[in-house]
Order: sequence, then C-alpha cells, then structure tokens
Amino acid sequence: MKKEEEVNFGKSDQFSLTMIPGKFAKALRTNVVWQFFRFLAINIKMLVVVSKSH
Amino acid sequence: MARLIVLGGGVAGHTTATFAAKWLGSNHEVVVVTPNAKWNWIPSNIWVGVGQMSKEEVTFDLDPVYKKAGITYKQALAKSLNPEGNADSDTPFVTIEYTGQGKAGETEDLTYDYIVNATGPKLNFAATPGLGDANGLGEHTVSVCTADHAVHASEELTKAIEKMKAGERQKFLIGTGHGMCTCQGAAFEYIFNIEHELNKAGVRDMADIKWISNESFLGDFGMGGLHMKVGGYAVSSKLFAESLFAERNVDWMIGAHVSKVESGSIDYELLDGTTGQETFDFAMLIPPFAGVGIKAFDKAGEDITSTVFAPNGFMKVDANYGAGAYENWKASDWPKTYQNPTYKNMFAAGIAFAPPHLISKPMSSPNGTPINPTPPRTGMPSGIIGKAVAHSVCDLMTKGEDAHLHEASMADMGAACVASAGKGVFTGTAAAMTVYPVVPDFEKYPGTGRDTDYTFGEIGLAGHWIKHILHHLFLWKAQLKPGWTLIPE
Repeated sequence: MKKEEEVNFGKSDQFSLTMIPGKFAKALRTNVVWQFFRFLAINIKMLVVVSKSH
Repeated sequence: MARLIVLGGGVAGHTTATFAAKWLGSNHEVVVVTPNAKWNWIPSNIWVGVGQMSKEEVTFDLDPVYKKAGITYKQALAKSLNPEGNADSDTPFVTIEYTGQGKAGETEDLTYDYIVNATGPKLNFAATPGLGDANGLGEHTVSVCTADHAVHASEELTKAIEKMKAGERQKFLIGTGHGMCTCQGAAFEYIFNIEHELNKAGVRDMADIKWISNESFLGDFGMGGLHMKVGGYAVSSKLFAESLFAERNVDWMIGAHVSKVESGSIDYELLDGTTGQETFDFAMLIPPFAGVGIKAFDKAGEDITSTVFAPNGFMKVDANYGAGAYENWKASDWPKTYQNPTYKNMFAAGIAFAPPHLISKPMSSPNGTPINPTPPRTGMPSGIIGKAVAHSVCDLMTKGEDAHLHEASMADMGAACVASAGKGVFTGTAAAMTVYPVVPDFEKYPGTGRDTDYTFGEIGLAGHWIKHILHHLFLWKAQLKPGWTLIPE
C-alpha cells in the first residue's frame, strides 16, 4: 500500500528528484500549538534581521 | 522655504514623503506627485486575486492622509525633468500631467529644490506580444500587479471554478510573461493560493496547474536563490521550492522566455534554445518592469534622458554601472545613498533606481535571448531606502549642502519576506523567510554570499498569521495612524 505523501514522487521525473514532507511534518505546519511557538520564534528572527537593516 | 517633490506614492515614495513631512514640519514644503487616488498594499493583492479580500481592504484614499500630514498632493504623472531649469530660469522643475482632481489632462511645471524619483515601475505588458498593450493588461491573461487587475483575476478564477464544477477540466499557467521579469515571488504566492482555493472548492482534481518562469532554477527569486540552515545543513532554496511544487502536484517549466501570448496558448523559448507552445485555460503572467519613461532636458532644451536615466528607464544613482562581466560583480557595486551622480539634488528610491546589474547569474539562450530574473526590490528594502533618502534630503535642506548622506545599500541590509501559500486562520500557510544581505556579498561570506545565521525560511500557519498581521500593520502605518513611526519598514 502506497503512503499518501509518497504518491507525488511517481508523477514526474522532476518530482522524484526532490523531497516531499511526510504526514508528521505536514501536520506540524497547521498544528496550532506548535505554530504558536514557531510564530514567536519567527518574529524574533525577523526582528533581528530588521534591526540589523536599519 | 524649500520644496521637496516626491514622484510616486508607493511604498518608497510614501515612506519618503511622510517621514520628510514629519521631520521638516511647516518650515519646508513636501509635494507628492502620483497618478493614483488610492494607496495599495500590493502584497495583499494576491488574496484579492483569489477572492479572499476585496479591493477596499487593500487600498485607501491618499488625499485625507496627505492633508493630515501637511503634504501637497498632486494627482498627476511626471512627464519630464528640467534639472537645470530652462532659458528663462535656473530653477529646476518637473512637468506633470494631471490624472484627477478635476484637472485631468492639464499640465503644470513644478519647481523644486530637491526631488526624489520613487515612481515604481511601468508594467511593461507591451514587451511580450499578446500579453497586453502599452496601456496595460491584455485580453488573454490576468495579472495581480494592481488591485484592479487582481479583482479581474478573481472574477476569471470564479468562472474557471464554475467550469470545473460543471465537469470541464481547466489548465492553469502561472508565472512570468517575459525572459526579463522580476517579481517571481508574487506569481509564486498566486499559484499556491489558487491551488489552495481549488482544494477548498473541491475541484483540485479537475485542474492541471503549471508554473512557468524565467528563473534558471526554482527558488532563484531574482536573488540567485538563498541558502538556509535546516537540520544542521545549509540548504539551497531550490530544494525547498521544488519540494513544495512536488508536494502540491504543481508541474514547472523554468528558464523560459514567453515570446508570444495568444488566446489559450503561449509561445516560449527555453535556455537551451528550444522553442515550444503551452496551452492554458487560465493564465496569470507577470509582465517585465521598466522605468515609467520620464524624459530629461538641459537648460538649452536638449534631451539628456540618457544622462539621468539608464536604458531601461530607471534613474541612475551612486551605483557602479561599469562592473562588466559577472565574475567582476561585487556587493560594493550597489548604491548606498541613491543620489544621482550628475544632479546632486535628485535621488531615486525603491524600484525607480537603476540597479548596477542583476543579482542572479546572467543567462541567455543559444539564440542570444536573455532569460534571467532582474533584481527584486521588495517592500522592506524599498521602505528602508525611502526612509534613508528622506533622512538625507531633510539634512540637506536643514543643514546645508555638505550634510552627511544616509546609506542603505541592499548589500548591507536584510529582508524579511512572507510568501502566502493559502489563506485561512487555521488552514492557511505561508513561507516566512529572511535573507541577509539581500545582495550576496561573496567577499564577506565566501560560501553562500549570505550570513546563514540570519537567512532562514520555513512554511506553516505561523507564516500566514504573520502575513495577515503585517497586512493590517502596514495599512495602519501608511495611513499615519497613532504610533505609525514605531512600525519598522
């Protein structure tokens, strides 16, 4: 049985030469708790870059 | 009392004018010349183009904002510059043609002490036959470059979705409409927002979606790509971009120059010299950018446009335009003060300044057709440059001609960028990225050209939240609401 996340690898040669996230990585992208912490982390990183640029 | 004229009311022009008005107070006059009656937060046009926002949510009227700021507002186009004045006077002036305020078509000569060119680009649809004419968008494709274009794109998308619901398969072609385009990021956002909306509408299986771009590799974005630290590796943006396309089942064609657009098909040439045709039912192809075509004349009335402007129509500034071949390019070629080298009371900010060269490696097909992205100048660099130029001009006006000029080189500044991949409070995603510096400096960072401690990217719901918050923050800032100066560019 094929794993859902691996189906696209077979659709074209271009697709088969890259990486495709698995179920867990995709679930984390919209997991509200995890993304709340990523929101804080990304904002801090962005503020550092913004402060270095002014 | 001295007069500063700012040509253009986009991110760079609006930033320059509003900060200059705040810092100069009523001692000097600030005039904005822009053909538009409304300000547009362009990054959110993507959501207008998929029907998730209205035009009214991404625009506001400029007139009351400029009244509040004490800025003189001229709804007009700049037609020509006379930086030495004319036979009757030594005072420099700009000739404008009104587009509104009840004076449409009338011209006026406005004298100035300092002028900042922040006109942004001309959307050069006419560069590709069939993409559009000199007046703008054509009949075969859509665009999300302006709020009105995005409304039209949304209407066409709705029609395509209705056809799919009725059982008619649709092919979507999204990307760049010429070999010399920039702004791949907007097309990147649009293709994944369309994919997201088709999923929501339950018709994704009825759609074939294809990306077409002048980038030599996916993830170039006109910046030669970027390397990010992930899992202990420094990884090219190519891998992440390809991964997203493969994950969302979006096919791609890169290194492509679109040479002609017809109803339902395009002709293209690839970097290897081969040519072909691609069909579509719905296409959004970004046009190449050019300067807005302002002419310049000396005191005797002789045409000096080539002295003031580069051949692409963008204004020459303190960049090194003689760097030559790619191997000789340096970060120090990029301008720092944005002052015109010939006329010291003239500056350019944002997209209106002429870059010294590309950022991506130059490429052309065996037939000699250049196919490479031109340098992006996104909102954050445009805003920072606009503010630095405002600082410089204010100092020149208040401290005299020997005042120190403020610097904002794209080779010394970073950029934070959030590329939407679908809208939704709990289902949306966006790629949040920072890059430092925007223009790679291979002398300082010999490996990737950038500091990988400050160059990162990740996709997720948090990125979408950030993009949504930035939408409201920047509209707040641009309307000069309380605390606007605290929001960084």
